[in-house]
Amino acid sequence: MKEIIVLAEHRRGELRDVTWEMLSKGRQLAESMGAEIGVALLGKGVGQIAEALKPKAHRVLLIEDDRLENYNSETYEKVLTQLITERKPLLTLIGHTAMGMDFAPGLAAHLKMPLATDCIGMDAAGEALSLTRQLYGGKVNATVSFLKKGPYMVTVRSGAFPVIEKEALPGEWVKIPSPLTDEGLAKRFLQYVEAAVGEVDITQADILVSIGRGIKEAENIPMIKEFADAIGGTLSCSRPVVDKKWLPKDRQVGTSGKTVKPKVYIAIGISGAFQHIAGMKGAGTVIAINKDPKAPIFSAAQYGIVADLFKIVPVLKDKVKGLRGK
Amino acid sequence: MNIVVCIKRVPETADADVSIGKSGKDIDKSGLAFDLNEWDGYAIEEAILLKEKLGGTVTVLSIGGEDSNESLRKCLAMGADDAIRLTDPAFDGSDGFVTAKILSEAIRKIPYDLILAGTQAEDDGYGQVGVVLAELLGIPHAALVNRLEVQDKKVKVHRELEGGLEEVYEIDLPAVLTIQTGINEPRYVSIMGIRKVAKKEIKALGTSDLNLKAEEVGLSGSDTQLEKIFLPPVGEGAEMLEGKPEEIASKVFDILKDKGGLA
Repeated sequence: MKEIIVLAEHRRGELRDVTWEMLSKGRQLAESMGAEIGVALLGKGVGQIAEALKPKAHRVLLIEDDRLENYNSETYEKVLTQLITERKPLLTLIGHTAMGMDFAPGLAAHLKMPLATDCIGMDAAGEALSLTRQLYGGKVNATVSFLKKGPYMVTVRSGAFPVIEKEALPGEWVKIPSPLTDEGLAKRFLQYVEAAVGEVDITQADILVSIGRGIKEAENIPMIKEFADAIGGTLSCSRPVVDKKWLPKDRQVGTSGKTVKPKVYIAIGISGAFQHIAGMKGAGTVIAINKDPKAPIFSAAQYGIVADLFKIVPVLKDKVKGLRGK
Repeated sequence: MNIVVCIKRVPETADADVSIGKSGKDIDKSGLAFDLNEWDGYAIEEAILLKEKLGGTVTVLSIGGEDSNESLRKCLAMGADDAIRLTDPAFDGSDGFVTAKILSEAIRKIPYDLILAGTQAEDDGYGQVGVVLAELLGIPHAALVNRLEVQDKKVKVHRELEGGLEEVYEIDLPAVLTIQTGINEPRYVSIMGIRKVAKKEIKALGTSDLNLKAEEVGLSGSDTQLEKIFLPPVGEGAEMLEGKPEEIASKVFDILKDKGGLA
């Protein structure tokens, strides 16, 4: 029986969305490749999670072990090496996430298995795969193929594939004994550290005025703050602004920051990397200001202004102040 | 503490108008400025901070043509001790796996306690090389590191997860860590600083120096191949507000009143 295996990603008792996305896309690929779909779940006491996965796969490959309570690349590599070696799936799908990025490349190299990372498109022709991934921070897309024979491994970008509801699959239980022993690990999980709580909660704001790399210097931020104050908005930002320590991490919108849903989101000098868009796509209305008419942010906005932010924002601020003052 | 840092010189495309080159397999790079990959700038800074605290050496490695010397010299000016360039026409077309293989063969010849690399490169964005490198060298690793502290023969690292969460590990040395942006503030390098290291020798090593066979590198050693590139399809897109700044401002005010509950 031919099989595609999706690795379920979960953290602290909750499945992560990329799992459903991979199962949905994996099922479609399995149908065109004449294969079935299995979902691998590694953990400790993950029965409830396994239950939720059942209707999405032909089988749930369950590996439970106390040593799998928290993700660790070393334990995951050992368990998945055994699973993949025994089951020989045509294709293994893993999220291109903080977890997948930490172990999938090592696992593929260990198994001498061709790997394509961060894919946003997958098409099957027989057992051959054609993949789409992005280069230059999303400015161009590339079609990529494998040069060697499968089985293959692909890491999948979060949010790249929609979840399509279909009739339930049998979800047969397959309990697999864990290969882990008490042998010491060279990498030991210690703890989680929560994000620091800041003075402002940007997830509660009705209007967010968000700045990106285009702001150029920290000295330019007060000008934006004045505009935000004039419209009763809260200041937020994309990653480069936090990396440069111009604003604290709790102001960051995006995958590694916060997911926000304001009524209005004004993106100023933000090009629109997918990690940023993932954090603000729930906004009611998006207004984007950018000098590059090809900036991806315009695809995620309802209103766009192609302009130099240093010229347009002061005019916006004066206009709002003038009109609100009346 | 001997540290090896793997770096890459990449075109700066964040603010550039990018177009597809004649080959259809890469962008047109004429007219683009090049610099050290953003993630690698944080990796080299972290290595130099460790050296300043603990002593030892920092060796920088890069795969590429003579142009890459520019980025290697920038790292020397920042405070690295040695730079090695891995170069061979046979390396062309190498994918992420082969890139890691070439680096691993060079690193085997250098004494090391810690290897740092950027989490990913701005150009091809594989996010793969550092982790494969650890596998090939048979040493532990962590990816997406945004904080680290060396403690004797171990390193305590924070990995950046989604939503601002971090996970903390203790890892035995030697190890490979892939560095996330924002971990530090990379130091500024002046033209004077670059001039001071202009004469420093940068060793160049090729396939035969690295015990590699031609068929193991480049496209023939690779698992994946790029077929073509294209501009991403544009969605419905935004309604563009045009006119004089004052007119645009009035429209924005109306949108805010309508959609944002602006009083």
